[in-house]
Amino acid sequence: MAVAFDEMNIPGGDLRPAYQELARWLKETPPEALEYRRQEAELLFRRIGITFAVYGDSESTERLIPFDVIPRIMSGKEWAVLERGLKQRVRALNMFLRDIYHGRDILRAEIVPDDLIFQNPVFRPEMNGQQVPHDVYVHIAGIDIVRVDAEDFIVLEDNARTPSGVSYMLENREIMMRLFPDLFARHKVAPVERYPDELLAALRSVAPQGASSEPTVALLTPGVYNSAYYEHSFLADKLGIELVEGRDLIVKNNEVFMRTTEGMKRVDVIYRRVDDDFLDPLTFRPDSVLGVPGLMSAYAAGNITLANAVGTGIADDKAIYSYMPDIVKFYLGEEPILKNVPTWRCREPKDLAYVLDNLSDLVVKEVHGSGGYGMLIGPAATKATIDAFREKLKREPEGFIAQPTLALSTCPTCTASGLAPRHVDLRPFVLTGSKSTTIVPGGLTRVALKEGSLVVNSSQGGGTKDTWILDE
Amino acid sequence: MLSRTAENLYWLARYVERAEYLARTIDATLRVTALPAAYVGKTNEWDSALLTAGVAASFYQTYEEANEHNVVDYLSFSADNPSSIRNCIEAARLNSRSVRTALTSEMWDTINSAWIELQAVWSKGTSTREDLAKFLRFVQETSLRFDGSAYRTMLRNDAYWFSRMGVHLERADNTARILDVKYHVLLPEEEHVGGPLDFYQWSSILRSVSALTAYHWVYRETLKPWLIADLLILNDTLPRSLASCYGNLVRNLDQIGVAYGRQGPAQRHARGIRNRLEHSNMNDIFQLGVHEFIQEFIADNSRLGEIITKQYLI
Repeated sequence: MAVAFDEMNIPGGDLRPAYQELARWLKETPPEALEYRRQEAELLFRRIGITFAVYGDSESTERLIPFDVIPRIMSGKEWAVLERGLKQRVRALNMFLRDIYHGRDILRAEIVPDDLIFQNPVFRPEMNGQQVPHDVYVHIAGIDIVRVDAEDFIVLEDNARTPSGVSYMLENREIMMRLFPDLFARHKVAPVERYPDELLAALRSVAPQGASSEPTVALLTPGVYNSAYYEHSFLADKLGIELVEGRDLIVKNNEVFMRTTEGMKRVDVIYRRVDDDFLDPLTFRPDSVLGVPGLMSAYAAGNITLANAVGTGIADDKAIYSYMPDIVKFYLGEEPILKNVPTWRCREPKDLAYVLDNLSDLVVKEVHGSGGYGMLIGPAATKATIDAFREKLKREPEGFIAQPTLALSTCPTCTASGLAPRHVDLRPFVLTGSKSTTIVPGGLTRVALKEGSLVVNSSQGGGTKDTWILDE
Repeated sequence: MLSRTAENLYWLARYVERAEYLARTIDATLRVTALPAAYVGKTNEWDSALLTAGVAASFYQTYEEANEHNVVDYLSFSADNPSSIRNCIEAARLNSRSVRTALTSEMWDTINSAWIELQAVWSKGTSTREDLAKFLRFVQETSLRFDGSAYRTMLRNDAYWFSRMGVHLERADNTARILDVKYHVLLPEEEHVGGPLDFYQWSSILRSVSALTAYHWVYRETLKPWLIADLLILNDTLPRSLASCYGNLVRNLDQIGVAYGRQGPAQRHARGIRNRLEHSNMNDIFQLGVHEFIQEFIADNSRLGEIITKQYLI
């Protein structure tokens, strides 16, 4: 594997411009002071209760995501490119979804194969012909971005269902500003704090036609045992909307109401953090206790907006991912600004043959997997693991895609032996309302804390960093 | 607001109040039992503590004897006792997590810190009396901080009123339970068979509702059982008296009624209980029988809890 692109240091000893002030500050700051503030940050996180749950981990149901106090910095110029690319990508995702559930031009043009849509479990036939307000399907998108050189941004994954992590973006900044006011004074860091306002505005803008001019928005959570529960309560609080569970909602005459101390109150927009499968036991999984019986009929009647819409999984499926550059070109007639990782589709015999021959160099992912579970990282795997995976792959090739191992860029990170480069990715959050698409400058930087590791997922020992976009 | 949110706020406040009351009960019992038997008689004070906590029946399913070790463990740390202090704090934290959006950050911090300390410092219980005293102080301080931060930081809207209702309903229940268990030492002089022995019982009752100093300020007298009963039942200047709890409950329910533009059975029922307390004097109550009066009150109070639940919380 090639030497990774470091976002601070240029080979030969020079610094990239965005990091010069940070480097100076680091030189002036004794390591003990850094360590002291690192501990303080951890204490703050624990007190605020910013925790997440790891499924299948009985020992402690609540854990902290490790926070690294060294910020990840990008210049305003770099951000401008990224921002344009993200808007383009999300526009294409929305147009693709609108098309898939209506005219299906893209299938007729034979750009995406039919069976990849119709035999896909995340395709929702219930959505066929269903109108969604302003044709917005993906109101909140989390697009995972990596860098391998100074020029390009590469999309690793689109998250168009219920992407999480934005609370960390906001809380990381709060804590950094509390702990390092001096460092902020020396940089012009673009603020992120208007995210909740923009989110609320986007959600209100897509209220159904029958709603009042002051539509009621609620956040639907699976409950306190969900791994992202902290984020749900955090966002509901910042938006000033009710945090509801399925049992708080009731559908009557195809309208959705919440049970309040003053009786039933109509709800117009639901920012739902519950997966499609669990939304309505009458339509989807009958054993779901997290959902609301009848919600889908209210949805079909056009009396409630769900954000994101039902059925968006078909757009962020890893098998569809490989078609994204063509999807962008098809709908927008533009060259994609953000690149895709070259992807082998194991469903195609030629690609499968190549993948089987090169397993030890590739990353193989489950098409429907997420959170870094169930994937093979060839270069880091033992022979036994690879052999076992080969069998799995042969049994069900259509369930997998493969990509080259990317040398993710690195950023300086606090480790037991001082500052050292660690691999990072970035998840910016893209909001789409009736009129506009907005992105607060920044996002969630995830960092693989183990030396050499490329897995940044919090469920697999990754940490987070504050992300600074310099306002030049 | 969401019914579930109101319910969580109401129960959160009840759990915190109950935890403090249990801590006070243990504290008061420790003081009485530390005295030589000649001063306090032969009653088993640890058994009384279980009775005032309302958990005697379940206690004896696990333990044979009500002694200091067993009762302190059961009331403070037992995982089996659904209303042990530990379980109250755990339940309060779980409720807080479900209604974080309705709590101020100060209230959340109080409950979350208490929960962290419970796990970090007190997960193994206490081994010495000194430790136990520290633990009991920790519980009382948590309750004070919670109450104080609610008072100082919450918006004065239905969320606040539901939370206060939880406090006052629980408090009334607790005070009534002490009276229920100890009523026999609170009879008027002419009926009283005890003697100086009871002085320590009386001061113990007052201590468990933190009213010992208050007594002296109100009556400027040595401890007299009927005055203690008067203070705990009818004196609305004492925050833990039944009269004060009901003054507050009626006020909170009225505030909710005004905010929502309508009243219901909860308002009527609470007003009925308050009026009875307002128009009673200790002579009447002794005539009727303190025990009967208190038992009726406990039933009425828990009935109000049910009515509030039906009217607002489900």
